[in-house]
Amino acid sequence: MHSRTAKIALVSSHPEVYEPCDDSFALVDALLADRTNLLQHHPSICMEIGCGSGYVITSLAVMLGHEGFVPYYIATDINRHAIRATRETMDAHGVYTELVNTDITSGLEKRLAGSVDVLVVNPPYVPTPEDEVGCEGITSAWAGGENGRSVIDKILPAADTLLSEKGWLYMVTLTANNPSEICLEMRKKGYASRIILQRSTEEESLHIIKFWRDSDSELELNNLNYWTKLVMN
Amino acid sequence: MRLLTHNMLSSNIKGVANGFPLKIEVVTVVEKEVEFNIEFLKKMFSKVEWKALAEASRTMGYTELPENADASMLDSDDFLHKFHHALLELHLEEGALVCPETGRKFPVNKGVPNMLLHEDEV
Ligand SMILES: C[S@@+](CC[C@H](N)C(=O)[O-])C[C@H]1O[C@@H](n2cnc3c(N)ncnc32)[C@H](O)[C@@H]1O
Repeated sequence: MHSRTAKIALVSSHPEVYEPCDDSFALVDALLADRTNLLQHHPSICMEIGCGSGYVITSLAVMLGHEGFVPYYIATDINRHAIRATRETMDAHGVYTELVNTDITSGLEKRLAGSVDVLVVNPPYVPTPEDEVGCEGITSAWAGGENGRSVIDKILPAADTLLSEKGWLYMVTLTANNPSEICLEMRKKGYASRIILQRSTEEESLHIIKFWRDSDSELELNNLNYWTKLVMN
Repeated sequence: MRLLTHNMLSSNIKGVANGFPLKIEVVTVVEKEVEFNIEFLKKMFSKVEWKALAEASRTMGYTELPENADASMLDSDDFLHKFHHALLELHLEEGALVCPETGRKFPVNKGVPNMLLHEDEV
């Protein structure tokens, strides 16, 4: 059987680039578990923000297949070494992604608004002093500022702009990021959400959350109550 | 960088109102063959800003695209193949994208546009 994810041995590495780690594996496992839905979803445009080594976007491209209808894959990273690593990882797997060296999705939001069907993000989520956020090199791969939310809180509005009517967002969060509050924020923008994978490692407890636009008001209310309860507790 | 991506990029400099389309300065163009898929092309046709694509492909040395296009042309095989070639197979490998309003250049190296801004541009 063909492998359904990127092969670790073929993932490019560089001292300044985030190596695939528990969070990357959790995200890819969550995508793999949702693969049947993703195939039915038939995305035209798939995007990753902060592609690092390229492990996640390459895995997505591998699991969705690269024959016949191939979506437009586009990935961004603020770190140029990560962009180069992603290029090498993709090449090693025979898949293709367009790459843009930019902050979040700056420069793409105007024209790609309402067009992205699948957006995947493993953001820098570790709580750190604010001045470590977005600095040169490897620190920016994990430094998330207060509660690890600095970059996440910029990604959420960008995601809302970019996602199509049927768009799905998959995002990694840590307990310290207050995932239930993130879901509430997104609820206010009209998104339903579900934790599709939860994994505790020695150091951290990771949640992979899936978001989708949801106009069903009844459901909306139920979820809101549900999340409010979680936040209260 | 494919012209599809060029078509999705605009100048992100603070205060710029009309940052699209970015002008292309060509140093190197490469061509890479891509599997032809009609369904994909039809989906992308509705997202692409045609004039920007036609102009960009001319700048890259490909002059086969018509000045204007509408959805009825998607029935023509000849048109679809030209659209396919311009959209997906022509890559700007080295060069720059130029903000139409300020003239600021965003470099493209090894096929990757650098849209990172300086502090005073954010
Ligand atoms: C936790 S790593 C994840 C890397 C890879 N996606 C993975 O799962 O292994 C976060 C990535 O986001 C990038 N990043 C951090 N801040 C960013 C920003 N403001 N815009 C774009 N990318 C950013 C980092 O360079 C890093 O590659």
